[in-house]
Amino acid sequence: MSDTIEQDGHGHVDVDTVQLSAELVEAASVASHDVAEYALWLGDDSLVLAQNLGWWISRAPELEEDIALGNIALDLIGHARSLLHYAGAESGRTEDDLAYWRDEPQWRSAHLFEQPNGDFAHTIARQFIAAHYLFELYSTLMESTDATLAAIAAKAVKEVDYHRDHSIQWVLRLAQGTEESRRRMITGLSDLWPFVEELFVDEPLIDRLEGVAVRPSSLRAAVEGAMFPVLAEAELEVPRGFISSGGGRRGDHSENLGPLLAELQVLARAHPGAKW
Amino acid sequence: MVTVASLARPRPSDPASQRAWDIAAEVCDPEVPVLTIEDLGVLRSVAVTADGTHVILTPTYSGCPAMEAMRDDVTSALAGAGYQNVTVELVLSPAWTTDWMSDEGKAKLVGYGIAAPTGHSGVRPTGTVRLQLAVKCPRCSSLNTRELARFGSTSCKALYECRDCLEPFDYFKVL
Ligand SMILES: [Zn+2]
Repeated sequence: MSDTIEQDGHGHVDVDTVQLSAELVEAASVASHDVAEYALWLGDDSLVLAQNLGWWISRAPELEEDIALGNIALDLIGHARSLLHYAGAESGRTEDDLAYWRDEPQWRSAHLFEQPNGDFAHTIARQFIAAHYLFELYSTLMESTDATLAAIAAKAVKEVDYHRDHSIQWVLRLAQGTEESRRRMITGLSDLWPFVEELFVDEPLIDRLEGVAVRPSSLRAAVEGAMFPVLAEAELEVPRGFISSGGGRRGDHSENLGPLLAELQVLARAHPGAKW
Repeated sequence: MVTVASLARPRPSDPASQRAWDIAAEVCDPEVPVLTIEDLGVLRSVAVTADGTHVILTPTYSGCPAMEAMRDDVTSALAGAGYQNVTVELVLSPAWTTDWMSDEGKAKLVGYGIAAPTGHSGVRPTGTVRLQLAVKCPRCSSLNTRELARFGSTSCKALYECRDCLEPFDYFKVL
């Protein structure tokens, strides 16, 4: 080796031309069709939520919050990149192919993540539910028999832990702030609560991925066990009533996903193959 | 169990790879330029073989935009030293932790005006737990500080203020 270096003083470097994304996950792992589908569920949840959160940059109630929501979105994009890269390898598609060139029925996000930002309290309610769910999901997925999913989860869980703290602080602050902030927190929570149920639904795919995927219904106790004491401390009641029928995992989406995807995909579709 | 992968500074044992490691280890974090990627614990492996030079980095945060720059900088540092067929791979596992930051790195951070991570990242069955100690003001060393915002100017930092010297400062969060 050292001989070849000295012969050619400048050397020449072959940087693998593959995008950064092609290497985010470990060695040559290609997911089976079912595992790829499961990775799509998780990747789509994170990407859709990140796309929603990005709207807040320059619009949050204070500068620190612009930065917080921006950083949370960035973490989620990181998770989505790893997951979509893994999901796409099976069918020869890149993470960008999956993000920019799938139409609505091919997306697998749950309805919670698609819900509009609403006012700041709605966004916090969505974050509160999402971060608690993702934290328990990744805590369990770390033990997956699929090494790639386990590695992505072990990385993501530490970041999502901060997202969870962030949402808890805001739930407490808004619920115990002014009459107006409390009214908005209550409204936000009751508007988002119908979408909790879908997170715990076991689709047939889960039966085929025993040990690989996390069974959604198995997360309920831990997620609720972590959320309810915070709500109690904030003197908020657990909302009851209407439950969304869900269906995101089967490609049946809320009316919000279409416009969200239009914004997410417009640039890539207007300039196919462009790099920026 | 201590494995090579979990060591803070897994410097290789063969001399050829060590020389390449020492070159890659000089590359700095573009967002915290006093820290090298070795100080950070981001540099995980350097192997020089007949086929080329293979470097493994691990991202600090999943979405950290500085990784691309670090990767390019490692490539050009090794190229500049004459290494051929340099490949830089990003690997997620084992997940990066601030526990891998060297003491020297922590001292450099403080000198730069950023409070170093205090306490250790731990793991319990349900996930991670951070043992948060008081954060020391990098300016006057007071422990009388408070968090202003958990998410600071980059993913890895929180914003604090000192109640004694009244200055705001960045704190490198435990992860
Ligand atoms: Zn001070």
